Amino acid sequence: MEKLLMKGNEAIAEAAIRAGCRHFYGYPITPQTEVSAYMSKKMPKVGGLFLQSESEVAAINMVYGSAAAGVRTMTSSSSPGISLKAEGISYIAGADLPCVILNIVRGGPGLGGIQPAQSDYFQATKGGGHGDYHLVVLAPSSIQECVDLTFEAFDIADTYRLPVMIMGDGMLGQMMEPVVFGDHKGRELPSKDWACNGTQLKREHNIVNSLYIDPQVLEDTVLARQKKYDYILENEVKYETDSVEDADIVLVAYGTIGRVAKNAMLKARAEGIKVGLVRPITLWPFPSKALNDIASTAKAFISVEMSMGQMVEDVRLAVNGKAPVYFTGRTGGIIPQPTEILAKIKEVSGGIK
Amino acid sequence: MNTVFDKPHALTDVPFHYCPGCTHGIVHRLVAEVMDELGIEGKTVGIASVGCSVFSYNYFNCDMVQAAHGRAPAVATGVKRAKPENVVFTYQGDGDLAAIGTAETVHAATRGENITIIFINNAIYGMTGGQMAPTSLVGQITQTTPYGRKVETQGYPIRVCEMLSTLEGAAYLERVSVDDVKNIKNAKKAIKKAFEYQIAGKGFALVEVLSTCPTNWGMSPVEALDWLRTNLKEHYPLGVYKDKEAEINE
Repeated sequence: MEKLLMKGNEAIAEAAIRAGCRHFYGYPITPQTEVSAYMSKKMPKVGGLFLQSESEVAAINMVYGSAAAGVRTMTSSSSPGISLKAEGISYIAGADLPCVILNIVRGGPGLGGIQPAQSDYFQATKGGGHGDYHLVVLAPSSIQECVDLTFEAFDIADTYRLPVMIMGDGMLGQMMEPVVFGDHKGRELPSKDWACNGTQLKREHNIVNSLYIDPQVLEDTVLARQKKYDYILENEVKYETDSVEDADIVLVAYGTIGRVAKNAMLKARAEGIKVGLVRPITLWPFPSKALNDIASTAKAFISVEMSMGQMVEDVRLAVNGKAPVYFTGRTGGIIPQPTEILAKIKEVSGGIK
Repeated sequence: MNTVFDKPHALTDVPFHYCPGCTHGIVHRLVAEVMDELGIEGKTVGIASVGCSVFSYNYFNCDMVQAAHGRAPAVATGVKRAKPENVVFTYQGDGDLAAIGTAETVHAATRGENITIIFINNAIYGMTGGQMAPTSLVGQITQTTPYGRKVETQGYPIRVCEMLSTLEGAAYLERVSVDDVKNIKNAKKAIKKAFEYQIAGKGFALVEVLSTCPTNWGMSPVEALDWLRTNLKEHYPLGVYKDKEAEINE
């Protein structure tokens, strides 16, 4: 199989096209502008559409329209642009529409910086937009995983009728690694008979909507959607573990930091400290049960993030008091070094019995 | 017995919730009659906006997509680009189209999106209880301009047809009124033309319909029609502001 050396942003764009996406709406913002640039060149060649919208707000609403019409559609942006999309994402979730949203996270808040960060975890997993809803959030940590999870994202979106976010970061977006596209064995997907694409006078009109003025009806809608989420919580959790069976200290890290943390783990092991790693691949649904199980034998957890500590709260909730949970990380767009993480490991290690 | 008059097929049996004297009822009917006459109900997707007409997805018999406030032209773009064979229209009020949605309106027009926009201009925000709209007149009393719209504080109203006519992407723009039978007939002609433009692939078409809001203007339906004639028509002259087809034929 052919190996291609590709930049993350472009690999994701190519994967989306191979997954059958033919309608991509985007707006430039560093560090993900290459996604749009790639789409603008490639889409016309495959009979698809790349449209540069007037804003990230317009882009997410164009995605809403194309999703309502029943096609695979996607947009991408970076942190400040994702904030702009919050309203549209809530509407997409509330209308039970499938789509894929890529966030190549950069330093925040506000205009922030253009370097990698993981400070949008809360925004992605705890709402971002208003109302009771969830996105499935996928966190790749290599360019190959970016490609594989892009295929998955479209399948998950279509299977469950919900928006799926691929949470990358500026590092993944910009770095280059070899990838293989291969044949993706897709899921069996339900038909989109709910789509708004013309009744042909042969059926009742379809309505894509999130407005339910009657509170009982709205509650019923939200409860029905929760059943969907409950199923996803049971069946779609994805994570990777490394050396956790005998670990005293367990690092929890995702994305780019998943790899940096692994280096730190190997350094620690070389010095005789028993360290393991849990790398969540789905940030929502979060691998809570797995962490809780590991907490039966581990003596401490350290959440390692490029933020002020956001995922650490979910780690704490998952561990549920069975062991102490610490945090280490950098923010502002700085990537922590394995040596910094090792220092925290030693600090924690010194304190545990 | 022959049926000589009936509800258009493109309207459902759901009773409208609109106020007595509200011209939404007239315009909904005109749009539905046009859909019937052009035989397009089966391939039409309507985009409902946010305002008094938010429930229009219950009133039209075609597929309907509810859009966020102001975003209807972007949603319409998403539908039309995915399904170019569908006829896609939006139905929007003045806040939706000319306040929060100004960027989406302008850019759909300048891109020449092959969609049809029905723009209800009643110079006020109806659904939320009568606040100032971007098209409210200077001096007009509204809930948020209780002493009358003042130029120094709230500036001037926007003339949407005139503004959009500067864009090459706009193919057909006409401002009409529904204040009497003659104007209603003309409004229907314009709405039909706006749909025909889309079907022929001629580009972006928008019909601005001067409308009344008796409830929030604080008038009876008949007084409201008079106020429209005396005040709105003066500031918003009726007429064709863009017609690419006509320009080509000259």
